[in-house]
Amino acid sequence: MLLKLACLIPLYPLIGSIINGFFGLKIGKNAVGLIACGSMALSFLTSVLVYVGFLMLPEGQHVFEQVVWTWFGAGDFSVDFGFQIDPLTLVMMFVVTGVGFIIHVYAIGYMHEEFSYYRFFAYFNLFASAMLLLVMGNNFLLMFIGWEGVGCCSYFLIGYYFEKKSACDAGTKAFIVNRVGDFAFLLAVMYIFNIFGTIDFTDVMHAAPEKLIYGGEIVTIITMLLFVGATGKSAQIPLYTWLPDAMEGPTPVSALIHAATMVTAGVYMVVRCNVLFNLSPLTMTVVAFIGGGTAIMAATIGMTQFDIKRVLAYSTVSQIGYMFLACGVGAYTAAIFHLVTHAFFKACLFLGSGSVIHGIHGEQDMRKMGGLKSHMPVTYWTFLVSTLAIAGIPPLSGFFSKDEVLYHSLMDGNIIFWGMGISAALLTAFYMFRLVFMTFHGESRVDPSVHPHESPKVMTMPLVVLAGLATVGGILGIPLIHGWHILHNWLEPVLHFDLASALQHSEHMLHEAGRHAPSWAHLLEPKEHNLWIESLLMLFSAAVALTGIFAAYMFYIKRPDLPDKFTEKQWGLDLVQNKYYVDELYDDAFVQPTIEGSKLLWKECDAKGIDGAVNGTAKTIGWFSRQAQSFQSGFVRNYALFIVVGFISLLLVMF
Amino acid sequence: MELLIFYPLAGFCVALALGVVFNNSPVGSAISLIGMMLGLAGIFVLQQAHFIAILQVIIYAGAIMVLFMFVIMLLNLKKGDDMGWVAREKNLLLSVLTGFLAIGILYKISDILFSAKMDAPATLPDSFGTVANIGETLFTDFVLPFEVASILLLAAMVGAVVLAKSKLD
Amino acid sequence: MLEDTVPLSHYLMLSATLFVIGIVGVLIRRNVIVVFMSIEIMLNAVNISLISFDHYMNLSSGQIFSFMVMCVAAAEVSVGLAIIIALHRNKPTVNLDEFNLLKW
Repeated sequence: MLLKLACLIPLYPLIGSIINGFFGLKIGKNAVGLIACGSMALSFLTSVLVYVGFLMLPEGQHVFEQVVWTWFGAGDFSVDFGFQIDPLTLVMMFVVTGVGFIIHVYAIGYMHEEFSYYRFFAYFNLFASAMLLLVMGNNFLLMFIGWEGVGCCSYFLIGYYFEKKSACDAGTKAFIVNRVGDFAFLLAVMYIFNIFGTIDFTDVMHAAPEKLIYGGEIVTIITMLLFVGATGKSAQIPLYTWLPDAMEGPTPVSALIHAATMVTAGVYMVVRCNVLFNLSPLTMTVVAFIGGGTAIMAATIGMTQFDIKRVLAYSTVSQIGYMFLACGVGAYTAAIFHLVTHAFFKACLFLGSGSVIHGIHGEQDMRKMGGLKSHMPVTYWTFLVSTLAIAGIPPLSGFFSKDEVLYHSLMDGNIIFWGMGISAALLTAFYMFRLVFMTFHGESRVDPSVHPHESPKVMTMPLVVLAGLATVGGILGIPLIHGWHILHNWLEPVLHFDLASALQHSEHMLHEAGRHAPSWAHLLEPKEHNLWIESLLMLFSAAVALTGIFAAYMFYIKRPDLPDKFTEKQWGLDLVQNKYYVDELYDDAFVQPTIEGSKLLWKECDAKGIDGAVNGTAKTIGWFSRQAQSFQSGFVRNYALFIVVGFISLLLVMF
Repeated sequence: MELLIFYPLAGFCVALALGVVFNNSPVGSAISLIGMMLGLAGIFVLQQAHFIAILQVIIYAGAIMVLFMFVIMLLNLKKGDDMGWVAREKNLLLSVLTGFLAIGILYKISDILFSAKMDAPATLPDSFGTVANIGETLFTDFVLPFEVASILLLAAMVGAVVLAKSKLD
Repeated sequence: MLEDTVPLSHYLMLSATLFVIGIVGVLIRRNVIVVFMSIEIMLNAVNISLISFDHYMNLSSGQIFSFMVMCVAAAEVSVGLAIIIALHRNKPTVNLDEFNLLKW
């Protein structure tokens, strides 16, 4: 059975990581690169085989579970180590292994000068293994292991250049902010176990409509906690501050972890638990608002940054906001579609920026770039294609995915969500093209001693592949043409949710508890797919994108003096350029009190209290010993006296 | 008759014992001890234990006290080498405690003794306490302790020689 | 009056008195030799007690035991004096208070 090969998929990168980690220095750079990319390629091929095997499943069966062993069981609680293959998993697997393989190949070229080449690839493969475990696990706990694993590998890789203090701090910040989210996630898992008695995905999702009341407190709490975990991992408000700092890591790390895979784990988790989220309309609203809000806020910050990787980082935060916006209105397919296309074009953008940085020998400030178009043609054209995709220009993939998100945010949500989405789209087009114009066009502001050059083939080939995928990726969800909703149909078994029967169950449960069920009739109104509105929206968003590009053209090509004129007027520029002072706020509100509290605990409890107790015990015993010592005076007559006294008292007692 | 002999003899013994304890010079203590042992021998005779009385004189007063005298002479102890009783605070405490102890013990013992009825002495055969009687008992009933005692004396001899000889060889 | 015997308790009282004097001597005196002599007083007191009971109850085992006590006293005195001589070789004093090295 081809499907049984599923357990090998996370295993290949893990073995690659172990070999590279322990023997990397001995086997030489070429072998290390070969093992790392080879394991990813093997995983990709195995994913293809598993996909074929999945297609061969009998009609009506949409899930394949493979339990490798029972991990532990304590009383009623038992957890398996098992893999679950269903349409959603397959999409994620392809993204992780495919894009991961491409980025591994790129990294061979990018990291070539490094001494700790093997360490990089060991961590990189370990990350891929953890991510695959995350998407393939069949229960919450296994997903959590992958969740923690990718957070841990992110810390390793961000702090790869550990000689730099800023890199170490960034890694620590990423890990700790993630931890806050993980805590919420763990609480949610425990609560799920409390309610359902199991943490297996299929069991929980089947039992959810029958056990949880629609809109009730329990399901709202569970989903809110899950969502907080997702904000931590996927860098949304309020736990997004780690992602811009995470750009301290090497560019392939930024591309793979902070663009394509780890930060999308939150989105994957929300889509996986779509049954739970569907049962809680309050959480869905919160998700949509936070998604949209993050999209706009990150876009505004991205407009003012000068470091090329920071701009891309904020762009990532903004795009993931889009995905959460889609989840929040119930359009899970749109979220996954945007996830896939985002992986393509964002990875291409990051790798392209890495190529630029590599070409001008480490310079990352856009104010010192310009006119690189002629020096790096391949990089320029692939970068341009990806930027057009992210801005949402048809017929590239980004246009289709973004448009689907916007359509659903209007139809399934309301005009506010659509407004947030469309403004973020305008800003996205603007700042992305600002990036392109400042980097590649105009006069060269590059340091004269640096001669920019194109990157080697091993780095430009992945760029070409990714740009190609960014171009044709839209085929997964072309609207308007009936029957071409490939991704939607593919994910249907996972996202199918019978709202009517769930509401019936909820009414039943409420009646049993003696409470009155609110009127839910309005939820059951059928929603039609309005082709006119969709076409109109498509045209409108394309127009908005072109407006953004034109604005960027005006600001940075035609009249480069305009940006300075705007900044002179100080329209809140200080606030935006300093990232709304969020980092400083967190520092004052959380970090400093924690440090002070820890110091207090150290001085009072640890040094005085515990050490005092332990030392005090020793001192007391010493004091008692000294008292007892006085018996040993060496004074023989005392001994004789004690003998006699003892003997007499013995006699007295006896008689 | 017995009374006439016992009480003076007993008083003599007690007085000499006090003399041993409270004498300044060690030689004086030794002489007092010899006197006390001779007095005790007399008391033994009063109790029809003739053999033991003779042994007392020969072994105790004759051998053991002579050994004491040898050592006192060997160590060349002088009178007042250590003052018998100097009132230092450690000594004071010790002495007071000892005094209490002595008085307490005596009181308790007299309490026990004078409340008990011990007025019916058994009649004694003529051969009680003679050498033949003791010898017979010793070599029939108590032959094992006798042998053990001889081994003990052997061990004591060897021990004394080993301990006292100098380390030159 | 001349025919009266001394009650047993008087003999025992004598024994007790001598014993207590011996204890007092052990505790009070600091001269090692005199302490030894006090121990001899104690042993003698025990001897009196044994002999008196023997007389009272017409046994001979008490006298045998008294014989053994004398044996042991002899052995003990010889060994004890040998120890004192050995001590005197190391530290030329007979003051018991000065042998106080066996302390903390």
